Amino acid sequence: MAGSNPNAKPMDLTLKVWRQKDKNATGQMVTYPIKGISPDMSFLEMLDVLNEDLLRKGEDPVAFDHDCREGICGMCSLFINGRPHGPERGTTTCQLHMRHFKDGDTITIEPWRAAAFPVHKDLVVDRSAFDRIQQAGGYVSVNTGGVPDANAIPIPKSIADKAFDAATCIGCGACVAACKNASAMLFVSAKVSQLAMLPQGKTERKTRVENMVAQMDIEGFGACTNTGACAAECPVGISLENINMLRSEFIYAKATSENM
Amino acid sequence: MILDSKLPEGPLAEKWDKHKFDVKLVNPANKRKYDIIVVGTGLAGASAAASFGELGYNVKAFCFQDSPRRAHSIAAQGGINAAKNYQNDGDSVFRLFYDTIKGGDYRAREANVYRLAQVSVNIIDQCVAQGVPFAREYGGLLANRSFGGAQVSRTFYARGQTGQQLLLGAYSALNRQIAYGKVKMYPRTEMLDLVLVDGKARGIVVRNLITGKIESHSAHAVVLATGGYGNVFYLSTNAMGSNATAAWRAHKKGALFANPCFTQIHPTCIPVSGDYQSKLTLMSESLRNDGRVWVPKTVEIAERLRRGEITVNDIAEADRDYYLERKYPAFGNLVPRDVASRNAKLVCDEGRGVGASGLAVYLDFADAIKRDGQAAIAAKYGNLFEMYAKITDENPYERPMRIYPAVHYTMGGLWVDYNLMTNVPGLYAAGEANFSDHGANRLGASALMQGLADGYFVLPYTIGDYLAKTPYDKVPVDHPAFKEAEQNVISVNNKLLSINGNRTVDDFHKALGQIMWEYCGMARNAEGLQFAKQEIRKLRDEFWRDVKVVGVNEELNITLEKANRVADFLELGELMVDDALNRNESCGGHFREEYQTPENEALRDDENYAYVAAWEFTGVGNEPRLHKEDLKFENVKLTQRSYK
Repeated sequence: MAGSNPNAKPMDLTLKVWRQKDKNATGQMVTYPIKGISPDMSFLEMLDVLNEDLLRKGEDPVAFDHDCREGICGMCSLFINGRPHGPERGTTTCQLHMRHFKDGDTITIEPWRAAAFPVHKDLVVDRSAFDRIQQAGGYVSVNTGGVPDANAIPIPKSIADKAFDAATCIGCGACVAACKNASAMLFVSAKVSQLAMLPQGKTERKTRVENMVAQMDIEGFGACTNTGACAAECPVGISLENINMLRSEFIYAKATSENM
Repeated sequence: MILDSKLPEGPLAEKWDKHKFDVKLVNPANKRKYDIIVVGTGLAGASAAASFGELGYNVKAFCFQDSPRRAHSIAAQGGINAAKNYQNDGDSVFRLFYDTIKGGDYRAREANVYRLAQVSVNIIDQCVAQGVPFAREYGGLLANRSFGGAQVSRTFYARGQTGQQLLLGAYSALNRQIAYGKVKMYPRTEMLDLVLVDGKARGIVVRNLITGKIESHSAHAVVLATGGYGNVFYLSTNAMGSNATAAWRAHKKGALFANPCFTQIHPTCIPVSGDYQSKLTLMSESLRNDGRVWVPKTVEIAERLRRGEITVNDIAEADRDYYLERKYPAFGNLVPRDVASRNAKLVCDEGRGVGASGLAVYLDFADAIKRDGQAAIAAKYGNLFEMYAKITDENPYERPMRIYPAVHYTMGGLWVDYNLMTNVPGLYAAGEANFSDHGANRLGASALMQGLADGYFVLPYTIGDYLAKTPYDKVPVDHPAFKEAEQNVISVNNKLLSINGNRTVDDFHKALGQIMWEYCGMARNAEGLQFAKQEIRKLRDEFWRDVKVVGVNEELNITLEKANRVADFLELGELMVDDALNRNESCGGHFREEYQTPENEALRDDENYAYVAAWEFTGVGNEPRLHKEDLKFENVKLTQRSYK
């Protein structure tokens, strides 16, 4: 049914795509013309079409990360025309549709650029640094079993809602890609804030923020200079308030440190 | 082979407690002498790996994604059931058990389902303790909503992102064990074979998806928490990478595959819009709490609508058929998924479908918005409405959503006993990867419950029982069984890379999906299934003659990854057809057109088919061998499921 817009005409586009054989290779932009793209396609479906064309010619398809294709797993990335996840605000690449482009457009597609996110191949980068930051303290230390009844500790709705907003970070790395310093502050602050707000997370709030920030520095992310580019480009709207909260949590923790 | 489900003796409500006392324990100091492999890091895998680590076992966890947090549990929207009865509306463990058995159309084991209902309450406690931000009321206590197939509000939720929040909770518990060194995590690593030594599961062979390196890992037990096989259909709500390879290769090593034809077609998905479509997007079942499902009353109005002569808002109230409310007044729009899907197909087959293709029905929020206001509806479903608008370019606050059923979940899976162990000693299956708890149809908000029940509260007990009887000795990875499995993996990869044919992997996958959807989808019949079996065989032969896989093994090779998965789907698809052919009845998601009541409801045959069909692999192209596990119902009475 060609979605909602049966009259939308197929588009011809020019893609400039970063190709890099592996992490040690030197990469380069390669130009691919592509024809007959429906405006109702998602951006990744457009890349599927490109890859099927390349395969039929016996060429290596463009490697890119993707999985759920519904905007929640955080696996897709792509720096599209100089913006993480492309031109539409609050949208992951997999939810970006081609109706946001015009016939004849040239689209540049690059991987996330950050020292802490080395390129594996083409558009696929290594974001394991994010996992290591979470391993440094992004949890409440409770074992399975032996916990109180879920309603034992009431939590004001406003607090629960704010914690939820912070907890919706999908870990895609757009904040780092958007930042001129490749800082991971927004990512780290989302988890620190979520757990600092909830009573369950308060016991470890000081060690958590210290350890996560320390790991962030070890991973080679840059410093935060308050440009706000991260929040502007975040596909799920993680707010800058979280960075403020991270700073105050960090100062408070350092001033009254429990880290031995 | 005799299938022993190892159900504990005694009254239903006491079985699990009795079993927990009867199982053997591993002393805390000895736990560190045992290694456990967990494949998959969704709700079941991450919770199991974390819990094993907390107990003191050495765990190796594997996922094909770049991080354990990406597993497709993350996309679950609506919620998680638990028999907390916080709403004082008559819920209980027994009611959740009863609803689940009935919802599954009496094709699940009573004892497993009862245990699931029992531990459901612990899951919510655990998740809250981890800092999972569930929705709350103004008084600070947890909020609930209702879901299909239930008349109580027992579903806990975190806006429309419950799966994400629960998975991130399990991921945080997993991270804590990774930090402690109790779990070693292997992301971007795909299991390609199971290794048996003396008939027991002792390890796996994996491929590093970045370097292509084939490696072996040895352990005392292996847990597969690798999800379902909905992607057999190509188009489904599963993630692009969701696949059946780990489970299927375990099946080829002897693990029985149970009830493969039980697939769930979810009623509320965004309709297909073109040939390029790569996946289907679910709109949470929770929307049916407030949305009303309808189509035009007559074919004539539907045709005018499809031709664009009128718009949806031109259709008078009297010309709308709210068919679920009309046919099922007691449950209305909240009938279970199989019933809702089948009825959508029915009205579309009658020619009353909407959208240009006629393969859609309306899900209308106009009344709810009038009643509660747009803000209240946005607070409940905002992210879902946004997602719908992004994909379709239509505003669901102003026009009804168009929805159509799509493949969503697979109730079938590896056969397991009460301990979640397959018939292969030492091999366990958890979450969607096993067949155990949902019978022929899963109720909404029960997948998250089952995944976390298996990982947090069942496996940590039952795996100890097996390990306690297992010697500490480790099998070295240079054991001939490992070398043979590695060679097998390498030769399959080499074969795929050497064919250099003309058709792409996706091409084959789409062709398989079309066969499956047409003949083994929402409605099936013997003739169509027999035809599908031949078509799948032809397609599989062609695949091995004409598939095009470029590149080499020793690199990040997305085509090779897909080729392995599709090769397995081409075998699994045939087994699904075999199972659907064997089951001469309709039940839950399995609707055989030959077996229906005069009102087009599923007609079960309890006398002949109240069993689990567990299939044994006998070689590609050979007929699989059927083993039956009879289902005994001692606590619920088998009746025709009615939601009227």
